[in-house]
Amino acid sequence: MSLSYEDVIAKYEPVLGLEVHVELNTNSKMFCGCATAFGAEPNTQTCPVCLGMPGALPVVNEKAIESSILIGLALHCSVTPFSRFSRKNYFYPDMPKNFQISQYDEPICVNGYVDVEIETEEGPKKFRIEIERVHMEEDTGKSLHMGGATGRIHGADYSLLDFNRAGIPLVEIVTKIVPGTGKYAPEVAKAYVAELRDILRSLGVSDVRMEQGSLRCDANVSLRLIGAETLGTRSETKNVNSLRSVERAVRGEMIRHAELLEKGQRVVQETRHFQEDSGLTRSGRSKEQAEDYRYFPEPDLVPVEPDAAWIEKLRASLPEQPTLRRKRLQAEWSVPEKEMAAMINADALDIVETTVKLGADPAKARSWWLGEISRIANERDIALPELPITAKDVAAIVALVSQGQLTDKLARQVVEGVINGEGTPEHVIQARGLKVVSDESALMVAIEKAIEAQPETAEKVRNGHIPAAGALIGAVMKETKGQADAARVRELLLSHLGQ
Amino acid sequence: MSTLSREDVANLARLARIEMTPDELDHLATEMDVILTAVARVQEVATADVKPTSHPLPLRNVTRPDLVIPSLSSEAALSGAPAKEDGRFRVPQILGEES
Repeated sequence: MSLSYEDVIAKYEPVLGLEVHVELNTNSKMFCGCATAFGAEPNTQTCPVCLGMPGALPVVNEKAIESSILIGLALHCSVTPFSRFSRKNYFYPDMPKNFQISQYDEPICVNGYVDVEIETEEGPKKFRIEIERVHMEEDTGKSLHMGGATGRIHGADYSLLDFNRAGIPLVEIVTKIVPGTGKYAPEVAKAYVAELRDILRSLGVSDVRMEQGSLRCDANVSLRLIGAETLGTRSETKNVNSLRSVERAVRGEMIRHAELLEKGQRVVQETRHFQEDSGLTRSGRSKEQAEDYRYFPEPDLVPVEPDAAWIEKLRASLPEQPTLRRKRLQAEWSVPEKEMAAMINADALDIVETTVKLGADPAKARSWWLGEISRIANERDIALPELPITAKDVAAIVALVSQGQLTDKLARQVVEGVINGEGTPEHVIQARGLKVVSDESALMVAIEKAIEAQPETAEKVRNGHIPAAGALIGAVMKETKGQADAARVRELLLSHLGQ
Repeated sequence: MSTLSREDVANLARLARIEMTPDELDHLATEMDVILTAVARVQEVATADVKPTSHPLPLRNVTRPDLVIPSLSSEAALSGAPAKEDGRFRVPQILGEES
């Protein structure tokens, strides 16, 4: 049976629950002094503590606690006066200690919310996602699955473990159940993760790079008949590594659940893995036996009791909220709603703001980043901020265009050169010889030449048929290798032909 | 006051990945039950005004600054590994073939 999304939402109401794991960007790990840099040689950032050697003793990273409190405050949570670490016991090869130090019934922050706004058929609509808890824990190692056809854990012959990531501070942000999103559940889930990412980025506590795994989302989805009180059985989808995947995973699970229910089958409570290529999920760890983590207070770590002065000091350092910042920038730049959304979608807000701060006109900065540069980013399938061109480069190019030293066409070549690694805009202009031909006598020579080559066209223009001038202007631009200012060429040509 | 069944012990053994013979299970079920009964007596003494003690030390907020210190070399880290490959720990298959 294959149900359409419309079939599903006509009969069922989805209930969401989202768990987001954020890797903090501290220099050292959560409980030891090992470095946290991404991309180091395997197993070169480990020590007895993060390898779980007997007798090794953990000590909490103070910055990780501060980051966790900042996150809680930014999500409108209360910071609990007494919080403890617990051991979560389970066996899995990526966890060398055979327990994860986490927080259980005494997390550092509780009861907050995040507001998101999405476009609906009835216009923009606000949804409040309530936060249950924010707690501190540590990341696991990274597995490579060897053998088998796909490099996936299914069908692999064996696995290889790198523990550089084991022990990196993680903060887990758990929502309360989110009912009432109806057919917008996938969009709300995506908007929530996007908003959370913006908040975390503004706090500077994490790199929030989903593709590198520093922000990861587990999406819990269940369905119940519209109007029903009791919750349906949920599935938990892991491995959701992009904003788009969050949306696809929720939508896909809603359809999968509905198909099972319509066939009179049960939804199994289990962990599922999202498959980026197909957009489907597949069953992960079997939960034939219910998980039993046997949590108990971590005896090697003493409680965390942040006092009011510490909390208030952190509260005072909170940056401008991303939603407020967006409203402010939108007003300052007088940008229409739709273009603002495009900029946020393209992850261009920061870089456009920086470009404007460096003196570029907001409209020009926006059009470069969202136009030509976005086009190149799409072509190369990388995120806009990853392209090797900086706000400073773009500000310089915008300035040169407004001074008449570059035409838009030449400027596009400069942008391309900078992105290709040919150096700063100045270097590219020099190396490629891209200055505007502003020497009018040189232009006049080219104009004379064009008229000589196309005497009939020139005659038409003389007789008042102005559109014919296009062919002559084209010839001049060709002659000057596109380095003339077309508007100026037009002026000179028309006046030369008595128009 | 028997609180711990043989099944409970078998389940704990499974969770802890400890293989036990039927004899050992019988034996441990009785023995652990004695221990639990003894501990339960302490709970009777503890009145409502006595806080549960998870940390006997009167310490709070013991932290270290966020500073990197040198790690083990990859060789040292892997020196106790039963199997290794390409600078990584090698472990047996985690999940079987997909169903």
